[in-house]
Amino acid sequence: MSTVATSQIKLTPEHARPRASVRSRLQDALPKIVLAPSFAITIVFVYGFILWTIYLSFTNSKTFPSYVITGSRAYQRLWGWTFDTDPPSSWYTSITNMGIFGFLYILICLALGLFLAILLDQKIRGEGMLRPIYLYPMALSFIVTGVAWKWFLDPGLGLEQTLHQWGWTSFHFDWIKNKDFVIYTVVIAGVWQASGFIMAMFLAGLRGIDGEIMKAAQIDGATTFQLYRRIVIPLLRPIFLSAFIVLAHLAIKSYDLVVALTSGGPGGSAWLPSNFMYEYTFKRNEMAVGSASAVIMLMTIVAIIVPYLYSELREKPR
Amino acid sequence: MSAVTTPARQASGGVNVKTVNRIVIYGLLALFAVFYLMPLFVMLVTSFKTMDEIQNGNMLALPRAPTFDPWLKAWGETCVGLTCAGIKGYFWNSIKMVVPAVLISTMLGALNGYVLTKWRFRGATLVFGLMLFACFIPFQSVLLPMATILGSVGRFGVTLQNSIGTSFGLGNSTVNLVFVHVVYGIGFTTLFFRNYYEAFPTELVKAAQVDGASFFQIFRRIMLPNSMPIFVVTVIYQFTNIWNDFLFASAYAGTGDAMPMTVALNNVVNTSTGVVEYNVNMAAAMIAALPTLLVYVLAGRYFVRGLMAGAVKG
Amino acid sequence: MLRKLLIGTALATSFAFSAHAADVKEVQMLHWWTSGGEAAALNVLKGDLAKEGYAWKDVPVAGGGGDAAMTALKAMVAAGNYPTASQMLGYTVLDYAAAGVMGDLTETAKKEGWDKSVPAALQKFSVYEGKWVAAPVNVHSVNWLWINKAVMDKIGGTEPKTFDDFIALLDKAKAAGVIPLALGGQNWQEATMFDSVVLSTGGPEFYKKAFNDLDDASLKSDTMKKSFDNLAKLVTYVDPNFSGRDWNLATAMVIKGDALVQVMGDWAKGEFHAAKKTPGTDFLCYRFPGTDGSVIYNSDMFGMFNVPDDRKAAQVALATATLSKSFQSAFNVVKGSVPARTDVPDTDFDACGKKGIADLKAANDGGTLFGSLAQGYGAPPAVANAYKDVVSKFVHGQIKTSDEAVTELVKAIDDAK
Repeated sequence: MSTVATSQIKLTPEHARPRASVRSRLQDALPKIVLAPSFAITIVFVYGFILWTIYLSFTNSKTFPSYVITGSRAYQRLWGWTFDTDPPSSWYTSITNMGIFGFLYILICLALGLFLAILLDQKIRGEGMLRPIYLYPMALSFIVTGVAWKWFLDPGLGLEQTLHQWGWTSFHFDWIKNKDFVIYTVVIAGVWQASGFIMAMFLAGLRGIDGEIMKAAQIDGATTFQLYRRIVIPLLRPIFLSAFIVLAHLAIKSYDLVVALTSGGPGGSAWLPSNFMYEYTFKRNEMAVGSASAVIMLMTIVAIIVPYLYSELREKPR
Repeated sequence: MSAVTTPARQASGGVNVKTVNRIVIYGLLALFAVFYLMPLFVMLVTSFKTMDEIQNGNMLALPRAPTFDPWLKAWGETCVGLTCAGIKGYFWNSIKMVVPAVLISTMLGALNGYVLTKWRFRGATLVFGLMLFACFIPFQSVLLPMATILGSVGRFGVTLQNSIGTSFGLGNSTVNLVFVHVVYGIGFTTLFFRNYYEAFPTELVKAAQVDGASFFQIFRRIMLPNSMPIFVVTVIYQFTNIWNDFLFASAYAGTGDAMPMTVALNNVVNTSTGVVEYNVNMAAAMIAALPTLLVYVLAGRYFVRGLMAGAVKG
Repeated sequence: MLRKLLIGTALATSFAFSAHAADVKEVQMLHWWTSGGEAAALNVLKGDLAKEGYAWKDVPVAGGGGDAAMTALKAMVAAGNYPTASQMLGYTVLDYAAAGVMGDLTETAKKEGWDKSVPAALQKFSVYEGKWVAAPVNVHSVNWLWINKAVMDKIGGTEPKTFDDFIALLDKAKAAGVIPLALGGQNWQEATMFDSVVLSTGGPEFYKKAFNDLDDASLKSDTMKKSFDNLAKLVTYVDPNFSGRDWNLATAMVIKGDALVQVMGDWAKGEFHAAKKTPGTDFLCYRFPGTDGSVIYNSDMFGMFNVPDDRKAAQVALATATLSKSFQSAFNVVKGSVPARTDVPDTDFDACGKKGIADLKAANDGGTLFGSLAQGYGAPPAVANAYKDVVSKFVHGQIKTSDEAVTELVKAIDDAK
């Protein structure tokens, strides 16, 4: 590859000259010019809109945005609901569920994705067939797969019923009907949907690793386990970052998962913050509260993600 | 090559250990395949059953009298609102929106990733961090401000149309959707490419620079040919997300003739009051997912191992 | 501010369109009626308009009982692209009217005599500050029992007249080994049933005070507590898998004879029809025990937007066709509901429909026609949803006693007001 690059590209005279001409200055600025449009639209359409949301959260916006600042009533209400644990307020349920769901979902997807990728990377015959099998759940809209999962998890229709028919009558699996366990069924369906894609990300990473390093380590007598733990997984660090971001964002935006699978769960026990936000912004016409919950979600993400990003991205000594 | 075939050569057990290992690996892979396929199985068998059988039978049972009617109905007869011509007509709407959106966002992501790793400038990390965090904005909270902006742009388009005879696509629903998906997609595409290129040897780029290769020449000749696996991942991700998006599609393109597949599918599947035809729904869902599945299978071919092998030695 | 902004965009739109002088012969209609029966019903309207030369531009957005459509509508209004009309419910119409984006159909209303033919309770939502802004399509009523006749005969049951009769009937079913009560454990279904329970327990006056006027004393009262006790009693008669079930699956249980009865709005009748069942021979429709003479209603309306002048003729045609007697009859026969005007002949309706029409007329005359809180006709969405939360949490055990339920209900409604 590198030889191709060297032989075909000739030294240009501009480059040889020490004085900075207009053209070479343009050359220097080129990377920034390429990046600029993306950065600009991000600033306007993401950060601009975040500011807009923050602004709305301090207004009395109901059905439509209102631009009259009225103070922090929306936050006071959310704060009050945070401690309404008996009976649990919808907000309290949402944030506790977020903790359970976010933690399990990300952890299981990462572990399962990496595990499957490593297995698939063992020169598997039929890889081309297995890969789409693990991946396809992503392709199907949850509007419909939600129905299939709902049946499957329903004790009267699905797994429990079938096993009873087969004679295992003591089998019980009614999590989807249970207000304390329903969130775990959301985890199961969520993992089913996303873990295949995480597998693909890790697989891409594994395929990018220099085989020479592995061979060298093998010759040094490292066991397979040591090889993966000491060499491969550390090399996959950037992929972990990508996978984590993808999963964290999917977890936070898992709105239709909850709706399609559980319709909110018994007594609203399966709500996630995104459900809360959508409900208050669009269904209950309390846009200020919806916006405030979005701001709190974003701030929580900042608190969790920024330290992680900082440790991952800070300039490493070269 | 990255694969560790197995440590069998070093192990004293020799062939036996190797065989056992292979059996365990294949066994595990098959087991997980069953887990992933279970809902598909439910959907498939349901789509071949009559409504009668669905209501009275076990959902895991095979259809007693398989019928292809639900598929035909989903394809060409089922009602999307008041138009009863199946979901076949909505493919094109989705494709002409998804393809440009995926291509533009992926190319931008690749370029951004290249700049952020190989042409570092002061503040590059901050720029990346800001773009990354953008992934987390809840789409529900951008729905209204974005609509307002698209609305004004659309009115400007009408003014242009009236004064100079062309609107340059401003205000067109498909163009709007492409724009929205590019805006909220570049965070991810940049992330994927940046983290992939991070591990790509910078020495190669430096060498080419010394040889006088320009910014774009290096990108085209060195980076792109070595990016296949991450291209696959990015395209899969973008294609799936954009194809399956419902929120933006229903809000910005539900009105016109540009209605994408997801909105149509949703209208078939989601009924407020009335009989739910599960078999047709399942068939429609699978038909709607075909393009994405096709992308998975086709793109998957480029997952070939060892693409980097030649280059990395540099 | 917003109002100005919205009017501004509307003006801009009308300027943009002023280039074309001729009327646009097309109605753009946002709705969520996508299932077979509903679409068939709406097709009647499409056909009526076609006869007058107006094309129908369909904008269906299904999902969540109109949630997705309302979200899309909000985005369209924010962008300044108003549809000619949109299916809307109760307080939403008033919200949009207050924002100044609705049109004015008062002239048409006068010409067609809607003031007299449409029940006053409905006009509360279709008329804003003296202007007609929406055309009601139908009236649904939620205080119905749907009973499988074969099961009823088997257990030797008769029409329950009081709540205690009802409990006795459910006991009989239980003893006979059928599921007594088919319920879908989603918050709106539970709350819809509770609407009827409250009306039955406290009577019409109480229902109105508590669930339409949101009177604090009534909400706190022992009668409300008793209503929760009665709800708790009913919930003991459902099967263990009820939570999360869709309403139509609960109806299917009654149709198949797995369950005796469902408490549901009259849209359930559509399911019986689809299963080719006839009222009187296959299934029975009774008013919820103790609520005869009163009707808890909700209504589908077509909100009319302030469209540019060249689209107004089409809008008037749509509104006129919607409230025409022939359409009202044809549509509601298919949909299971009853006409939104009280002067439509009931000849084409089945026995349940005829009873529905008579009940509506009587309730309208007697002042016992009340908006359903669960369906968004009792109070604005914030309150209605807070109410659904409390009922659902009570049914599923997050709220343990009826004392606690009353406290929570008062708190939630207060907070949302």
